[in-house]
Amino acid sequence: MVLLASVLIISVGICADEPELIVFCAASLTGAFDEIGQMYEDSVEIPVILNFDGTQAIRTQVEQGAYADVFVSANQKHMKALMAEGLVNNDSVVLFAKNSMVVVVPKDNPASIDSIDDLANPGVKIVMGTKDVPVGSYALLVLDNLASDPNYGPDYKDKVMSNVVSQETTVAFVVSKVALGEADAGFAYQSDVTSELSKRVTKIEIPEECNVVAEYPIGILEESDRFDEGEDFINFVLSEDAGAILENYGFQPI
Amino acid sequence: MVSSQFRQKLGTRLGKRRHTKYKPGILRLGLGLLLILVGAFLALPVLSLFLKSYAGFSLQTLKDPMVVDALSLSLFTSAFTVVVVVLLGTPISYVNSRFDYPGKEVIDSLIELPVVMPPAVAGIALLMAFGRMGVLGQYMNAWGLSIAFTTLAVVVAQVFVSAPFYLRQARISFEDVDLVYEEAARTLGATPVYAFFHVTMPIALNGLISGAIMTFARALGEFGATIMFAGNFQGRTQTMPLAIYTAMQGDLDVSLCLALILVALSFVVIALVKMFTRRRIPRHVRN
Repeated sequence: MVLLASVLIISVGICADEPELIVFCAASLTGAFDEIGQMYEDSVEIPVILNFDGTQAIRTQVEQGAYADVFVSANQKHMKALMAEGLVNNDSVVLFAKNSMVVVVPKDNPASIDSIDDLANPGVKIVMGTKDVPVGSYALLVLDNLASDPNYGPDYKDKVMSNVVSQETTVAFVVSKVALGEADAGFAYQSDVTSELSKRVTKIEIPEECNVVAEYPIGILEESDRFDEGEDFINFVLSEDAGAILENYGFQPI
Repeated sequence: MVSSQFRQKLGTRLGKRRHTKYKPGILRLGLGLLLILVGAFLALPVLSLFLKSYAGFSLQTLKDPMVVDALSLSLFTSAFTVVVVVLLGTPISYVNSRFDYPGKEVIDSLIELPVVMPPAVAGIALLMAFGRMGVLGQYMNAWGLSIAFTTLAVVVAQVFVSAPFYLRQARISFEDVDLVYEEAARTLGATPVYAFFHVTMPIALNGLISGAIMTFARALGEFGATIMFAGNFQGRTQTMPLAIYTAMQGDLDVSLCLALILVALSFVVIALVKMFTRRRIPRHVRN
């Protein structure tokens, strides 16, 4: 027992000594950052450990004491909250990408949704994020914008909200429920409709004047003891190589 | 029922064992330490829940619509699940405890499967079967019966993962009922159904109840299959575990409040199961 415990402690100790960069990352960046992390790893030979989840979930993890070097958020709100709490180094935070919202429907489109109007039809099954996950709060903003547009009318938001059948905790769940055909429509990011996914879902564009710009900030955590490596990684994310990957995934690199 | 002769024998053997001398020392100390360590490891997380929630906890949190909705939905679906499982599971368990039939091994394995199957696997399996594009679901959908995202989907997930707990316990309880009693009832003119309800059932009752309680507890805690198969919507499919998960990312107080309620319920479940398994045979039958 004691032997086992000491072996465990020693092995944990060894792992922590190896240079590696732990990156907590918004779920919507999963594909892009898998590639960026791999590319970075190949060039500087520091392993990049990526932990993807809804931004609100990784924020809670950091607030509850989880260790990470770099934090990547899908909106300004969660990053600013971490900065205000003194958990993220204020000077390290930069915006690196933009994204916008889109409505996705299954390829066979069972509820025959051809435009944003149709989301208000009774009986349409819509999935979106919870109010805390960025993709959910952006969807609410989009609905507010649409409701204040005379083309849709003030009761548009209520009609759409009464069609919501599930509030998912990451954008990945929203997209998969639509791709599986369980839901008729979902609010997701432009970047979610990858070439792989476009075989299974169709995009319905949101009018530009009613859409929102999702901004992605990246920053280094105060408790990180790899500040230089973190800075180097952020510079890489801002580089042209990483920008090309982000663009591939439907983001607008800054 | 144990014969008194056998009990005596057993008693003396146990007695001898108990008086076996061993040197108290390092072994005893080590075992004591191990017990304390394990006890602390199991108790600390539960205690911490109480300690951490003490600061932010108020009765107001109990009235939060998210808490109220999740609590009532969870109690309703779990109770419904128990009713379904007991009604359908009791005859099946009785048949399995008394008779052999072709394919019994297969049925037995299928009953055990959800216990060892990870909930996430159960979730995706249910989607593939009953989802809108599912193997059976596509036909149900054509008939206008779509269960995804409904409270019914929550019950389906709960029945799938929690039924084995009742089925197992009920079968063991029926096997424990000595055939002598059933046969005595039959020779006195009771029909099989009468004998089942007036002899077998009462003797097995405590086991059946504790099985039902375990099923209720498992249904109450069901998370993975529900969030994948039924979705997450307050008041409709957001049961307590889903609410805890969702609220943890927004309002930690709500999350802790729900967690405390579930901990309290867990203790009640343990106490009830202990109570019912202690006396397996009701007194009026034994006399």
